[in-house]
Amino acid sequence: MSDWNMLTLVGADRPGIVARVTRALYGAGCNLGEASMIRLGGNFTIMLMVGGPRSCAELEADLSPIADELGLRLHLDPVRGGLHQHLVPNIQVRVAGADRAGIVADVTEILAQQGFNILELESDVAGDAERPVYIMNIQGYCDRTLESLEQALSGLAADGISVDVAPIDVLIG
Amino acid sequence: MGILEILKLPDERLKQVSEPVEVFDQELRDFIADLEETRCAGPAAVGIAAPQVDRHQRILIIDVSGRPKVKSHGHLVLINPEILHWEGYEIGREGCLSVPDYTGNVIRATRLKLRAQDPDGASHDYEMEGFEARAVQHEMDHLDGLLFIDRVVSRRTDLYRRKVYQKGGSGTD
Repeated sequence: MSDWNMLTLVGADRPGIVARVTRALYGAGCNLGEASMIRLGGNFTIMLMVGGPRSCAELEADLSPIADELGLRLHLDPVRGGLHQHLVPNIQVRVAGADRAGIVADVTEILAQQGFNILELESDVAGDAERPVYIMNIQGYCDRTLESLEQALSGLAADGISVDVAPIDVLIG
Repeated sequence: MGILEILKLPDERLKQVSEPVEVFDQELRDFIADLEETRCAGPAAVGIAAPQVDRHQRILIIDVSGRPKVKSHGHLVLINPEILHWEGYEIGREGCLSVPDYTGNVIRATRLKLRAQDPDGASHDYEMEGFEARAVQHEMDHLDGLLFIDRVVSRRTDLYRRKVYQKGGSGTD
């Protein structure tokens, strides 16, 4: 049981989107949980946990006028779970290589075979239009050793993909 | 005495700047014993600072010797610590006894020269690096009323900066 909804908004970026949307949610009596907003390819994207008394349909009615006005596509999903469910990553995998289709599938397939649970993945295309470079940073949790992961990923080097596996040692102080 | 209560965010007392220790007596050594007991009672903390238990004096304990493959001086009580010199940058993930259920990436110097007094008031110089240097910086921040959340950088920043730091060498000056 959970009274959270996952709100997704996507559209052309402009200043003030987050303020408009969150003001409306506050006005509707909602609480906000964890959120991730980022510009992807120049687009505004956000996924935002919304809690409180409003149903999915009511939230949609609350937000649709604002989404229409700002030119955003809106999506809502009731979600299980809630706050304080963090898993702490213990391994970081950094990938860089000449951009080509299939890099992500190649890398993550191997990680999946190792039982690696991806907790965060971010990627970008660097370089210039003629020589694009794909860069990906993955953080996750895996019970296998660093050596086992390195061994499993080592074949990718032959394809010109540089993969660096490093431990994430979280300092608690 | 025994285990002391740990102040937790958003307690304003965590923002207080701590005073130097001037009296090195049995009361101080008794407090340090309690502080150590408090550190060990929590979830695997490698360090603790006196202001975290509402004693606003420049006292901290670190011990990263439990981590495999980490260079360290073992169990250290550092009183009135002072960084004489620092070098390098590195991003690492940190959490804190005073900030439950949250970890974030923080930039810290990779190598330190440090001067501090021991519980009897004798002055010692230390050279430290890596995880141990990070722990000292995290705890010294508490003495100045700072938490790691005041220094958190985005994971996306991490993606680019790490490369630059590796190629750019020590990053001093």
